[in-house]
Amino acid sequence: MARVAHNRTPHALVAAGVALLLAGSYWGLLKAPREIFMGDVQRIMYVHVPTAWNAMLALSFAFVCAVCFLFTNAWKWDNRLEAAMEMGVVLSLLLCTQGAIWAKPTWGVWWDWDPRLTTTAVMVFAFGGILALRAFVDDPVKRAVWSAVACIVAFADVPIVYFSVKWWNSLHQAQSSPQTVSRAFHWPLRINAFGILFLWTGLVALRARVAALRLQSEIHPPVPEQKSAPAGAPVPGGA
Amino acid sequence: MSGLLVALRKDLLLQWRGKAQIVAIFAFGATALLLFSFAIGPDSLALRQHAAGFLWLGLLLASTLSLAESFEREVEEQALEGLLLLPASARALYYGKALANWAQLALLGAALVPVMVVLYDAGTLRLLSLLGVILLGTAGLSAPGTLYAAMTAQARARQTLLPLLLFPLVVPVLLAAVKATSLLILGDPMGQLAPWATLLAAFDVIHWALGGLFFGRVVED
Amino acid sequence: MRAMIAIAAAGLYRRYGRRWALVDVSFEVPAGALVMVTGRNGSGKTTLLRVLATAIRADRGMVTILGKDPQREPVREKIALLGHRTYLYEPLTALENLAIVARFLGRDSRRKALLERLEEVGLADRADDPVQTFSAGMRQRLALARVLQQEAEVVLLDEPYGHLDPPGFLLVDRVLQRLRRQGATVLIATHLLRRGRALCDRGLVLEAGRLSFAGATSEMPEPPGADGAGFAEGA
Repeated sequence: MARVAHNRTPHALVAAGVALLLAGSYWGLLKAPREIFMGDVQRIMYVHVPTAWNAMLALSFAFVCAVCFLFTNAWKWDNRLEAAMEMGVVLSLLLCTQGAIWAKPTWGVWWDWDPRLTTTAVMVFAFGGILALRAFVDDPVKRAVWSAVACIVAFADVPIVYFSVKWWNSLHQAQSSPQTVSRAFHWPLRINAFGILFLWTGLVALRARVAALRLQSEIHPPVPEQKSAPAGAPVPGGA
Repeated sequence: MSGLLVALRKDLLLQWRGKAQIVAIFAFGATALLLFSFAIGPDSLALRQHAAGFLWLGLLLASTLSLAESFEREVEEQALEGLLLLPASARALYYGKALANWAQLALLGAALVPVMVVLYDAGTLRLLSLLGVILLGTAGLSAPGTLYAAMTAQARARQTLLPLLLFPLVVPVLLAAVKATSLLILGDPMGQLAPWATLLAAFDVIHWALGGLFFGRVVED
Repeated sequence: MRAMIAIAAAGLYRRYGRRWALVDVSFEVPAGALVMVTGRNGSGKTTLLRVLATAIRADRGMVTILGKDPQREPVREKIALLGHRTYLYEPLTALENLAIVARFLGRDSRRKALLERLEEVGLADRADDPVQTFSAGMRQRLALARVLQQEAEVVLLDEPYGHLDPPGFLLVDRVLQRLRRQGATVLIATHLLRRGRALCDRGLVLEAGRLSFAGATSEMPEPPGADGAGFAEGA
């Protein structure tokens, strides 16, 4: 297997991402005018909405990696899958935390069973479980195949989970979605969205490299040299 | 198709030989239902209202034991590999196992109903509908459960991994089955049973298809 | 028409974790031959048989069985493996285990036919007993019956003499001779050098995953130290 290239693009992406995120967050959280009805708490939308988009993107990317791996059996897809799932779980956890921070002052409870957030919480457990599966399987091939299959099955489940929770919840209370952000203030949102996008893309690329290096040590020990062993003599490099 | 019938026959025979285990799993489920009532307290109104939830939670917990057990016999002497090498179709082996697991879970569910009736004073006259909900719900547990049991039977920490993987996936089954069962117990004036049953059916179709699609890759070496 | 070469291995490599169990193994086995594979524990015999049986895949190299690539074409049904695990269902009876195999293969699964098979391996009187009541030797016999059930053209036996007693040894000898008469190609991995050499005309010797000898058993080198037969061989 070829040596991993020391491409600097991921680092550039991370740097750009952090810069954009700082700019967008500063703008949205501090400089943009207060929202009339909800007050300062609503400012969290400037990070919450971009996080939501990116969490979904990261998990969708994980799904694509899983499908690609099953079709091509190329290790790079497994490396990316591992990285993308971790990132998806982290972003989803962040999303749930932001949701709780918003919900407490608004509704008085930490969790209001909003369908989107509840689905996100279920996804945290679903993909977290797959990451746990990876930790307990030693054979790299099995680990890759099983986590790809589990990822596809979990992803296929997302719409069903969403619908069932939405339905289940609608019978009890009205929808509570902190969604509307007035037009004039879309810019901080977009800046943050791209900020997080660059950030996670760069991090996933770097994380995939780490996975590739670990995999290299697991599955590519040097092949024993071609030499004819005299009968009976112990052959080094075998055991 | 014939492979499927041979596989199903084999799995039902294995279950029949292991009936003592099934009785023990039923006892586990019934104990869980008892513990739930202790957790709530002797408030008969509250117990009746939550009876459906307890039934399905108990069934879900018991299902992890049943599903894990279904692959014990396949891996202890590598019998599954032996069949795949014959060669037997992986798809037939999956559906045979999933169907047998479904039967066992449905039986467990039906057996827990009287326990629910007694402990929570929660019965229904619409027994056929209740059976239908149990069948749809347990089908939703069996399909992904069989797929994941095949994986975890070969991994370490298998007892923890199976519930960890399965539970988030079957949230829709839990929601829909509890809701549907609740409607049967507490009354369904607005006729909402059908949509929940449809949700269950949709879940079942998707996961039975996915399971058959992926089982071969999951068990091949 | 059967291929002239029943088994062909070219440059096989197989890894377990960081350890290479097979290193650059290449050989050919003509149809109808009876070949012994020998080597010390951990030399790769089991791995080789499993790769040939298509139970596992080689990391590198090609396997050809009866002229076909088992990964691409259906040839598994012509191969039978007696492995280290018995492939049996413990709670089921001997008869039931054989019946499952027969049904999957579309063969006669009636009691009479299966009893005959059990008769061959000396288990007819335990036909209706669950496997979990069997001793290791009896399990071995049943596993052998399971292999015979498959009526395969290529038969791979991993330590068939394993847990058997002297009558069991004779049983395996008879089975091997019968397979040979039927024209099957047989590879048998064994430690029992004297016995193996008496029955087989060709041999392969593995050392730490490499093939150190391939040829007629009459020319096989003696391993250093004991002749490998041990006390178990008897007459």
